[in-house]
Amino acid sequence: METVLSIKPLLAVLIPLLVVPILVSSRTPNVREAWTFVAAIVKLSIVISMIPAVLSGRELVCTVAQVIPGVPIAFRVDALGMLFALVAASLWMVTSAYSIGYMRGLKEHSQTRYFSFFAIALSATMGVAFSENLLTLYLFYEMLSLATFPLVTHHQDAKARTSGRKYLAYILGTSIGLVLPAMILCYHLSGTLTFSDQGFLAGTGSSPLMTVLLFMFVFGFAKAAIIPFHGWLPAAMVAPTPVSALLHAVAVVKVGVFSIVRVLTGMFGIDLLASLNLGIMVCVIASCTILTASLIALSQDNLKRLLAFSTIGQLSYIILGVGLLSPKGITGGVLHIAMHAFGKITLFFCAGAIFVATGKRNISEMVGIGKRMPVTMTAFFIGALSITGLPPAGGFLSKWYLVLGTLQADQLAVLVVLLVSSLLNAAYFMPIVYRAFFCPAEKAMFENRVREAPAFCVVPLVLTALISIILLFYPEPFFSLACMAAQRFTGG
Amino acid sequence: MSHHYPALLVTVPLLCALFISIAGWLKRRLCFPIAVAALSVATTVSMGLLWRVLKEGVVLYRLGGWEPPWGIAYRVDHLNALVLTVIAVVALLNLIATQREVKEAFSEKIGAFYTLYILLVTGLFGIVVTGDAFNLYVLLEITSLTSYGLIAMGEDRAPLASLNYVYMGTIGACFYLLGIGYLYMVTGSLNMTDIASILPGLHHSRVLVVAFIICMVGVWLKMAFFPLHAWLPNAYTYAPAPVTSLIAPLMTKVMIYVMIRLLLTVFTPQFIFSILTLKTTVVYLSVIAIVMGAVLALGARNVKKMLTYVIVAEVGYMVGGAWLGNRAGLTGAILHIANDALMTLCIFLAVGNVMYKVKGYGFDDFRGMFTRMPFTMMGFTAGALSIIGVPPTCGFFSKWYLISGGIEAGHYGFVAALIFSSLVNTVLFFKIIEIGYYPNGNVHHGEPAPLRAMGEAPLSMVVPLLIVAAGLFGVGLYTGDIVTYVINPIIPAAIVH
Repeated sequence: METVLSIKPLLAVLIPLLVVPILVSSRTPNVREAWTFVAAIVKLSIVISMIPAVLSGRELVCTVAQVIPGVPIAFRVDALGMLFALVAASLWMVTSAYSIGYMRGLKEHSQTRYFSFFAIALSATMGVAFSENLLTLYLFYEMLSLATFPLVTHHQDAKARTSGRKYLAYILGTSIGLVLPAMILCYHLSGTLTFSDQGFLAGTGSSPLMTVLLFMFVFGFAKAAIIPFHGWLPAAMVAPTPVSALLHAVAVVKVGVFSIVRVLTGMFGIDLLASLNLGIMVCVIASCTILTASLIALSQDNLKRLLAFSTIGQLSYIILGVGLLSPKGITGGVLHIAMHAFGKITLFFCAGAIFVATGKRNISEMVGIGKRMPVTMTAFFIGALSITGLPPAGGFLSKWYLVLGTLQADQLAVLVVLLVSSLLNAAYFMPIVYRAFFCPAEKAMFENRVREAPAFCVVPLVLTALISIILLFYPEPFFSLACMAAQRFTGG
Repeated sequence: MSHHYPALLVTVPLLCALFISIAGWLKRRLCFPIAVAALSVATTVSMGLLWRVLKEGVVLYRLGGWEPPWGIAYRVDHLNALVLTVIAVVALLNLIATQREVKEAFSEKIGAFYTLYILLVTGLFGIVVTGDAFNLYVLLEITSLTSYGLIAMGEDRAPLASLNYVYMGTIGACFYLLGIGYLYMVTGSLNMTDIASILPGLHHSRVLVVAFIICMVGVWLKMAFFPLHAWLPNAYTYAPAPVTSLIAPLMTKVMIYVMIRLLLTVFTPQFIFSILTLKTTVVYLSVIAIVMGAVLALGARNVKKMLTYVIVAEVGYMVGGAWLGNRAGLTGAILHIANDALMTLCIFLAVGNVMYKVKGYGFDDFRGMFTRMPFTMMGFTAGALSIIGVPPTCGFFSKWYLISGGIEAGHYGFVAALIFSSLVNTVLFFKIIEIGYYPNGNVHHGEPAPLRAMGEAPLSMVVPLLIVAAGLFGVGLYTGDIVTYVINPIIPAAIVH
């Protein structure tokens, strides 16, 4: 495999950071938002410009500083990182547009702070995606935790305060308490932390030690919201909806999942996981999370909380896919990073648009809303289809591969989990859509007149809903990247 | 000229201290410029020394041309050169950052203040640069006496706190002197390298063990190693802010240097880690120090008190790291001397700025500070992140080495204590950051936040703070080079792992 020295990954990480001083010193909101867009476009084009190289099997590398012997702060762009970076960078742009509509529509305070920390959070997300080793990944992981704190507590009221504390306690507590010692232990065992395709921990420690390390990593990256370390995610829903949309459906939570996938494949390696039977363990943890979260979601009335629990379940699909240790399973899991991102962000955008237009947060107050906001609710339907895994939305493709993966790995129990979960997904999403459109006129809570949210809110959600559909028919380059990643990790 | 660097480091500030006290009578305006000049020269010289040591190795200097072991020798290797540079930089930055405060708070006593300030720094330079165990004691007394005076200049309870410090500090210094006395009894020498060359024949002498333990207890008392820390929290809390931000970063760290110097150069690792069986015990003591420091910090009622207990915990980090007796642990301890000095300076400068504006250091005084003093709070956050140990700040990397040292030595109690302390630090600092982040009263959703006038501290206070804050990241990113070129040569080749 060929590596190419390139400054592009570093640029992709730095651009959102560099734009922060400009955002802070901008004179008018319009100038500020223009700069956000400039940064988002530049970043997306840098990320896109790296795709051909990655698809042709090359890897872009860039070392920033030598900090610890054998462990530099360095970037490397491979298929898995590329896929995640592409999802995050493209959705940042859409979310920026949506943020303008949402934040101005609600006349939120401290918008400059909001846009600045958003940019920092995106910089950290890129850093995680392009990390060459665990230390770099940890660095950006922590940066993301800290940068999202002011976003989660944006409203600065009593509720934000409790949620902010919970957020930090879960996220920083686990990363310092579990990941940090596990990381140093790994360094002590093997003398390196650089992710390699087949892992580097094989033969460095006993089976019980490896099991303990695995648990420390899987639970330590609490951003992946594996039960019982999921409590922060529903709490973080007090944030403004664009934050929930991009960070708590895409960037933050996917960073958690991405980190776990990286550690499982790049440090333990598929072979080691298989030989120690650790793959099954991962599957069991993920399955429990999927089923529990879906059941809790059934009982939620607050739409954003429902979406949060749905996210918790869907995140574990990705981990489950990798835990299957089969090429198809990994393809499905990795592909689900992209599919779930587009589907879930649509749903969050819809929840936000409903809030901006009507001020409603609860599902019980949304009866008949389809007449009032037909575009939004159609997009919601598409997003729900994608999350449930039904055609014509992209979620079908990743779920299809996950199911194939269970057959390939001969894990029929996991197949049952996936199917039950799909039913549950349909059970908590479809009534919302049904009641929005097909309710008797006397029960409808809204007058029969179309009044959508501002265009800045509606256009992004239509866009992401369309992309969700397009991704089923033309899933490139995500599909190729996912296949490449799976092929690398399984050595096939 | 460069040949005389080691002597200049002590003599220039010493003479300047004299000039400052004269200027205090004649022309008060001159006190500050002279002090800046003295420390600028010292900073240049210490950096020159570090450069020379890096290029040529150990620098030896004989005061008055007397041959050691009869005369006093100054011996500068990588360890002193590093610590000297840290002292000079910290003292100079703090001097500039606190000028406004000093001018307003001590307008009458400005001559006395700067004389003591420079004498204190002179003493610290002397302690670090000297290669003579008794000379070290003399300079230790200079530092201690000046610091008693400086601390006593603080608020109401400061004289009492200072008196307490006088008692404990004197006992500590006496213990050290007594230990050196015993050592002189058996070796007949006071020169450190000379003692080290005589000691191998005496390794099983009881006097040596007694001398060592008495020396250590003295040094531990001076560095506030739990449970010998009782003097520190009050003394540092009630001292004036400009003094706290000088003493807190430097005094304990210089005493850590003295301990490491005694371990590595005087008594040699072979004696301490192979012949004495104290290693594990001392690491456990440091575990207790770290845990207790963290717990006491949680109970503190104001920001300054809280930070002093954080210092107590940090002392535990370094003592434990040094006593692990392996390469990673020692690297961590030495790296932490520099890092902790910088981050303590950063955090105390930030607190000093807040105190300058609101005249208080209770938790509630930080309310709404992110809006009111955004740059100061940026500095505060940077310092806090470094103390918590978030990469890429320097605090993370020293913690990394300390934890690896603990894992390598199989001392999981120490590892657990470090993690525990990091978690507690997160709670401590985010408590303040949260208070600073939320405005007075509740913001109602959808309404603009109540307007608060931005009242940042003057530029002369903010700029040095931000320089230090940026330094935390810079030093962190250059950890690799610092460890390779400066710290690796310090650790004796006998310690392989």
